[in-house]
Amino acid sequence: MSDTMQVAENLVYKKPKTLLDVAMHYCPGCGHSTTHKILCEVIDELNIQSEVVGVAPVGCSVIAYNYLDIDMQEAPHGRASAVATGIKRVLPEKLVFSYQGDGDLAAIGTGETLHTCNRGENILIIFINNGIYGMTGGQMAPTTLENMKSTTTPFGRDVKKMGYPIKMTELVAHLPGTYYVTRQSVHTPANVRKTKAAIKKGFEYQRLNKGTCFIEVVSNCPSNWKMTPIDSNKWLVENMLPFYPLGDIKVPSKEEN
Amino acid sequence: MGELKLMKGNEALAEAAIRAGADAYFGYPITPQSEVLEYLANHAEKRTGMVILQAESEIAAINMIYGAGGTGKKVMTSSSSPGISLMQEGLSYIACSEIPCLLANVVRGGPGLGTIQPGQSDYLQATKGGGHGDYKLIVLAPASIQEMVDFVKLGFDLAFKYRNPVMILTDGVLGQMMEKVELFDQIPRSKEIPRWATVGKPPTRERNIMTSLNLQPEPMEKHNEHLQAKYREIEKNEVRVETIDCDGADYIFTAFGLTARICTKAAQLAKAKGIKVGLIRPITVYPFPYEAYAKYATKVKGFFDVEMNAGQMLEDVKLGVLGKAPVEFYGRMGGMIPTPEEVFKAFEEKFLGGKA
Repeated sequence: MSDTMQVAENLVYKKPKTLLDVAMHYCPGCGHSTTHKILCEVIDELNIQSEVVGVAPVGCSVIAYNYLDIDMQEAPHGRASAVATGIKRVLPEKLVFSYQGDGDLAAIGTGETLHTCNRGENILIIFINNGIYGMTGGQMAPTTLENMKSTTTPFGRDVKKMGYPIKMTELVAHLPGTYYVTRQSVHTPANVRKTKAAIKKGFEYQRLNKGTCFIEVVSNCPSNWKMTPIDSNKWLVENMLPFYPLGDIKVPSKEEN
Repeated sequence: MGELKLMKGNEALAEAAIRAGADAYFGYPITPQSEVLEYLANHAEKRTGMVILQAESEIAAINMIYGAGGTGKKVMTSSSSPGISLMQEGLSYIACSEIPCLLANVVRGGPGLGTIQPGQSDYLQATKGGGHGDYKLIVLAPASIQEMVDFVKLGFDLAFKYRNPVMILTDGVLGQMMEKVELFDQIPRSKEIPRWATVGKPPTRERNIMTSLNLQPEPMEKHNEHLQAKYREIEKNEVRVETIDCDGADYIFTAFGLTARICTKAAQLAKAKGIKVGLIRPITVYPFPYEAYAKYATKVKGFFDVEMNAGQMLEDVKLGVLGKAPVEFYGRMGGMIPTPEEVFKAFEEKFLGGKA
């Protein structure tokens, strides 16, 4: 294909090499595709394609391995960080990441997430939080906001009955096993750049063997929020970010680096 | 001759894992098999650099096996019945993704939390799949501590030969009792990377993916057909069975694992009374040695199946006999172990009208 393609002389942007040239199944405007792209840009820029092993979850990103030109494993629902632990323990010199949604990481996989972080596994966990179950069609997630509607909370999440939205990122930041914990988003170009920088750090820190790097990406779900992509980003700013504020939660101290 | 040692079953299993050159063990404590993890924690890393990790649950452990096994390493876990139940989802994924691994189920009596005493009541779970979907484990049933050791090596060989999970189906007695064993020499840990392993994609090959998912039914059926063809191949090549004194026997006792040892004694009691009794002991309970039963079905007056459960292998025995001879069953449940005397008495009652 590239044989026949004209390469512009003034090319300022191109698709990352590690991102496969295939149609994605993600809905238009979904944060997953953006996050995949910057993950691939980081892999290209750090030139680590041959060192990376990724773990896909169950959820919308279940077939992430169809888009990334790297070795990957697809884990049972919630177990991505345990699978990543297994890989990293036998391949300590490789760079291992898991890519998980909020249902996967914060509901069915809470135990694995906490214990992986508590053991300080030298892996990178990328956590996409859009406050809803996307793949199964918009049910309540552990991260669904108070009063937020979903197909299983049709009148809004009543926290007295359904419990409170859980802040996994703050939770894991408390654990001595985590090394770098941050919450980012991909709803504006500036935020995309910040998230990319965080992912880059996540891989760079992994080489130091100092513990788990945990990056939450507050994201959207236009289809199940039943909004246009633009409206969903607005809704994210007005509703998600006040409850899930962006920024670093735990950073390595200066002396360490 | 290899090194001779007096060893407890669980520790012998662990020692065999080290000597087999295993790369990693992930497990969670549960009686009656916790000595496996304890022994490995004590000895493995310093001897071979083997990775030993106590997971937060059996669910996490089997998924660590999935991850580590997917890199082509020799990986192993062990547990006992309730813990093995928790691993079933992971095993289904592992079987579908064709990841080689070895696990040991040191069975205790169930159902539920049951007892910490031995049982054989996980036979159907082990041999018929256990988790969701159409898949099989290769299942080895040791009857001695020596076989606990030998089957670790055999188990890893079969796991890699067929890219399939292999289970050692043992029980709380074999796990806890001590016997003399001959240990095989240390096998160095392999540096070979299988072509399918997820170890990081070099520019020279396509990416490797470990997955059990296929959203399209056509390729998913194709993959199922591939798995089934593999299981037929395993059924053709890997049946292992021990038959003792079956030629010319009037009756055949049959049992696997520990109960086969008990039946050997019960058969001696029968022979002392002039009754010609043979024994069929399936060593692989999947693939099951149906032909061993078919061979004698028209020649004997009956088969007597003894198990520490409510009659699970019995279904396979009957499939082997195919109605050509009577099949009777005697079982104890809930952690109870039958004595040779009671086995013989039950045999007398069922076949000889109560008296030999």
